[in-house]
Amino acid sequence: MKVTVRYFAAIREAIGLGTEQVQTQSLTVAALREELLSRGGAYAEALAQGRAVRMALDQVLCEPTTPLREGCELAFFPPVTGG
Amino acid sequence: MAFSVRIQTEDFDVSQELAALRAGDKRVGAVCSFVGTVRDRNEGSQVASLELEHYPGMTEKSIEGMMAQARDRFDIHAALVIHRVGLMQPLDQIVMVAVTSAHRGHSFQACEFLMDYLKTQAPFWKKELTPEGARWVDARVSDDQALARWGIQAQNAA
Repeated sequence: MKVTVRYFAAIREAIGLGTEQVQTQSLTVAALREELLSRGGAYAEALAQGRAVRMALDQVLCEPTTPLREGCELAFFPPVTGG
Repeated sequence: MAFSVRIQTEDFDVSQELAALRAGDKRVGAVCSFVGTVRDRNEGSQVASLELEHYPGMTEKSIEGMMAQARDRFDIHAALVIHRVGLMQPLDQIVMVAVTSAHRGHSFQACEFLMDYLKTQAPFWKKELTPEGARWVDARVSDDQALARWGIQAQNAA
């Protein structure tokens, strides 16, 4: 399926990209994170397991187990620091 | 404009916003507001400027969701959240939360609830410019704890 992946703040800076279209077989948020991580380089660094990475599916905070949907938007970002 | 969220780069005028929030509503007997401003120090460093990034769309949606929860919990008539993004300097206003109600208790509480919620759930990120260079601000566990007082488990900083 096709997923729009978005990155914010420190993760966006590390990967050097704000958004990209990904064609994937991954079925969950965690699986797609693994897939991106396996690209190595900045991806492996920024999305490494054990790092504080928050995720939102279609602009709602989600869990690693949340299933992906065709055409969805998945965002990876650090803990939020507004206010 | 009973319940509204604005994300903007421009500054805001608190007294104008408060006047607009309660305009024409004779039920209102209490108006409570909070304004967050840019400090010149954080984590032991001098802060020259602050850059705020956000997730357009999700930001508005998440704060609207917080307002819906505030309406369920408290007897309030109107609420406003303004959050600035972009480049700011010490002394600048960053965020404003204002709530109206018949009696003060509900607007005081709703204002604090919205602010606690926003700190851990709304997708904003701060980057500080210090003499040691630019750095992303770390989330604080104390902000998660502040939200926990309302019975909501945040795991933002965890």
